[in-house]
Amino acid sequence: MKRRDFLKVSQAATLAYFINGTPVSAYARNPLLELLAKQTAANGRVLVMIQLNGGNDGLNTVIPLDQYSQLSNARSNILIPQNKVLALANTNLTGLHPAMTGIRDMYDNGLVNIIQGVGYPDPNFSHFRATDIWMSGSDENQYINTGWLGRHLDEEFPGYPAGFPNTNMPDPLAIQIGSGISNLLQGENANLGMAIASLNSFYNIVNGTVDPAPNTPAGHELTFIRYIKQQTETYTKVIQTAAGMAQNVSTKWPTTGNRLADQLKIVSRLIAGGLKTPIYVVSIGGFDTHSQQTDSTDTTVGNHANLLQDISEAVDAFFDEAKIHKYEDRVAAMTFSEFGRRIKSNASGGTDHGTTAPVFVFSKYVNPGIIGVNPPLPANAAVGDNLPLLNDYRTIYSAVLADWFQIDTQTMDKVLMKHYKVLPVFQKTNNLEETTISGRDEILGQNYPNPFSRNTTITFSSDGGMVGIQLFDVSGRLVKNILPPKQMDKGKHQVTIERGDLPPGQYFYRLSNGKNQSTKQLTVMD
Amino acid sequence: MGKVNRREFFEELIATQVETAPVVTDDIIYNKYANKELPRGLSKTTGTLTKYTGQWTDNEIIHLLRRTMFGVKYEDVLALRGMTMEQAVDELLSPQTIPSPPVNNYNTATYNDPTGVPLDDTWVNAPYGDSTVNSYRLLSMTNWWIGNMVYQPQRRITEKMVFFWHNHFATEYPAVAFAHMTYRHHMILRNNVLGNFKTLVTQVTKDPAMLRYLNGYLNTKTAPDENYARELFELFTLGKNYKPIYSEDDIKAAARILTGWRYNTSTWTSVFTANLHDTSNKTFSSFFANTTITGKTGAAGAQETDELIDMIFTKQEVAKFIVRKLYRFFVYYDIDTTTEFNIIIPLAQMMMNTNWQIKPVLETLLKSEHFYDMLSMDCVIRTPIDYVVGTFRTFDIQLPGGWRSDNEYKIYNYLRSYMGQLGCEPNLPPNVAGWPAFYQEPDYYQKWINSTTMPRRMQFMDMMLGSGFSAGTGTAIKIDPMHLAKKFYSPGDPNLLIDFFCDLLLGIGISSTMKTNFKVVTLLSGQTQDYYWTNAWSAYIANPNTTNTNIVRTRLVSLLTELTHLAEHNLC
Repeated sequence: MKRRDFLKVSQAATLAYFINGTPVSAYARNPLLELLAKQTAANGRVLVMIQLNGGNDGLNTVIPLDQYSQLSNARSNILIPQNKVLALANTNLTGLHPAMTGIRDMYDNGLVNIIQGVGYPDPNFSHFRATDIWMSGSDENQYINTGWLGRHLDEEFPGYPAGFPNTNMPDPLAIQIGSGISNLLQGENANLGMAIASLNSFYNIVNGTVDPAPNTPAGHELTFIRYIKQQTETYTKVIQTAAGMAQNVSTKWPTTGNRLADQLKIVSRLIAGGLKTPIYVVSIGGFDTHSQQTDSTDTTVGNHANLLQDISEAVDAFFDEAKIHKYEDRVAAMTFSEFGRRIKSNASGGTDHGTTAPVFVFSKYVNPGIIGVNPPLPANAAVGDNLPLLNDYRTIYSAVLADWFQIDTQTMDKVLMKHYKVLPVFQKTNNLEETTISGRDEILGQNYPNPFSRNTTITFSSDGGMVGIQLFDVSGRLVKNILPPKQMDKGKHQVTIERGDLPPGQYFYRLSNGKNQSTKQLTVMD
Repeated sequence: MGKVNRREFFEELIATQVETAPVVTDDIIYNKYANKELPRGLSKTTGTLTKYTGQWTDNEIIHLLRRTMFGVKYEDVLALRGMTMEQAVDELLSPQTIPSPPVNNYNTATYNDPTGVPLDDTWVNAPYGDSTVNSYRLLSMTNWWIGNMVYQPQRRITEKMVFFWHNHFATEYPAVAFAHMTYRHHMILRNNVLGNFKTLVTQVTKDPAMLRYLNGYLNTKTAPDENYARELFELFTLGKNYKPIYSEDDIKAAARILTGWRYNTSTWTSVFTANLHDTSNKTFSSFFANTTITGKTGAAGAQETDELIDMIFTKQEVAKFIVRKLYRFFVYYDIDTTTEFNIIIPLAQMMMNTNWQIKPVLETLLKSEHFYDMLSMDCVIRTPIDYVVGTFRTFDIQLPGGWRSDNEYKIYNYLRSYMGQLGCEPNLPPNVAGWPAFYQEPDYYQKWINSTTMPRRMQFMDMMLGSGFSAGTGTAIKIDPMHLAKKFYSPGDPNLLIDFFCDLLLGIGISSTMKTNFKVVTLLSGQTQDYYWTNAWSAYIANPNTTNTNIVRTRLVSLLTELTHLAEHNLC
């Protein structure tokens, strides 16, 4: 952007910019990033982060039935009776807490992936520090001021908030339900999230109302300022519009008293209403169950059971509504909590801060099932015994980035500050196969030569307008932009690909040109 | 643009542009929500000027401090707890030390003051030099003033009153154009903040800066210029609303009386030039009891100016006009008939009875039950100056020790520009009437908040709570949230700490539900147990290493961002 244009575009945003002290060179347009931004906007994928504040007790959530006697030895006072544990469709080794019938049903219908034993090396037991670690994606001894999703959005929408909103991205980059913008969404220059403090403030925005104030001079001026503030928030209009497009229609929504459901109801209306916002953050607190985790006589009910029931009902209703409002193809949700809890329960009927815990990912496109075995339990757990690390939490983040948001490996490594393997949480989300979605034949030719070892040429047709070709590996991960999108005249064209450092194997290349989309396979060999 | 740092680039940009008040007329959102008429039907105080004898708690203390100074410093709250209400007001109204004058902040490696004033020395007694150094000095003067506001040395009403008088006798520095004049004009206001209103009007009438600004220096017997005479009546003494009472001929007569005033650009004083003065008699309308001011020749012609002011100050309207303006500045803009009877008329009478003394009027108002009535609290919308300077004062933001004036004034210069962006740059009012927020019915101070300035206010807080600004000094000036928290006796108690911040930062209190919500979300990171914050704070105090510092800082910044984004942060 020219300097003058920049100034013109965002007079109000100017001040937010220079304060953050990023070199002007950060503005340099990066075609790849632009492409990625468009891609996100185009595929409309949405991630909902569900934060469980306080450290969720994983062992009473995802219950290791294969080690029930060890579990019984460790925590008899909060133990869920074996016959009450909810069975899962394809395993008898693991079950769910009895309050989680909604999620059990989702699991049985192939909408849930559970990752076992998630954490990081040398776990920290402080709520604050551990939360900061999960939000930033850092190692235990690494201090990062940005959040992993903030960095992701920085890559997708470079320069924010300069020049935003714009026609490509008219909507908030991220929305957090609840006051206090999450560190998850902290980018290098700015926090990339918008907060909707509560259900009440959501309705205030939607209806253009403000909270009542006393009929005094102070109240009069307060009301005036509140209106101006609300009406000048950058995204008030788009939120009003989106909320006006869709209502909460699932009959599964719990009626009252479920804080998570209240938040997900807002998220659902905004997604269904057409917001392009790719990330939502919701949260539910109370998981710090040091005492009275369960009812003393009936361990299947009580504080923890209530929380799990809230999550289960809220998530189940949310995905039910996703189906009704037809956005189920583009939504995924994942839970996270700063740590799990101790194997052995304490005498107060609770559990103390622990290490790893399971993470749930929900989507129509997860690999249904469980990644990893149940965490091994000692025969007689001592007070200090903790669960081992089975899966680094960043291997889930990498799955989200690579397979859900389809970020290339290089960018993903940058966002996560290191290379992590990609856990197979998601199915091949591109559903790549040789297809042509077009009324015309032969818009995309077979590459020649094929297989190839040095270079190959692809012939294709354009109907005019923007044309782009991307290369994916067999797992559906974007490997390379063969042809970054550009205007091309109607007619036949050719592009030659240099192999570069592509490892040998099968790949798919996909052409996009307006409504025309076509995918073909190619082979690289040494 | 090469490798220019983006921050530096924009700082330079903002610091050099002359920004006038954002235009409100096309602001659809503002027009929708601002007053269409004065807000009648509100519960308002019927309190009188009877001395307040009620409780003296932080509520009253903070109310008094917010209205008489810029923002609230916690040290001042502590000090006022040890006084009675009367002692507190007496102290605020006692004289403040006169600040040392503005200095050369503009010498650089490639530029030196042509009159030989070294860096850090004052230029106010140096010769004019040339237009370049004059332009540097004009900015030096305003920036010096901002420095006085931010770092005022004593607990006094002075700085707020200087601004009050600046708004009343508004001048624009580009029109006055001589730095020496702007400084001397400013000192007239500063030396008379709580003095005698009539003396102030007399001095301003003959002041070189005002002679230039309203063309008095061009007013001559052969071609009288009515500019100043009109504003003297309409804006400085009698008020526009009484225009139908005095006649156009009165303004013409006054203009003739004022012929002959010139200024000297080496002494920077005004000079009465008798041969330019209209020596004929000037007769006024029945509004002034058909007074005739006898024309005088020679140096005695200057006496006519004093006689003119004597005549104007026989009118009770003058007292009512200035008392109403003080009331709108210190209490609320809407003056209904009850307030007119209970407050305005008695104070105007008092002003006339004390021969136009300002201090007794303010003292009576600030000690009254009317002022401390709950219904008089929290209803003033903070001016841009109050917002910016108040942030520096409340958070006690200090500049690095050992700085010379060049760096120090860069910071003030940045604040000056930011105030302009928010709609109120000192020494740059929109016109001689001052800022419309202080006089324009029916919306008055609502004018400070519009769809341009509201987001900018929040951006200012984001900046100050984030990476700050360096204005080319190489040092980021920003809020250290721990510094303020540490002043409080119990920062480890998250509930008390939030109360503490709310008291200092919010004009009107928020509910305990909201406070709890902020606490859980920010200080407790979603936890429900208070001791998590307490432990984090204790760990930080015991060992302020990176981990412990980051943990408390991010949470405090998060809390303070929430609080300063509230509409309540804009009220005082």
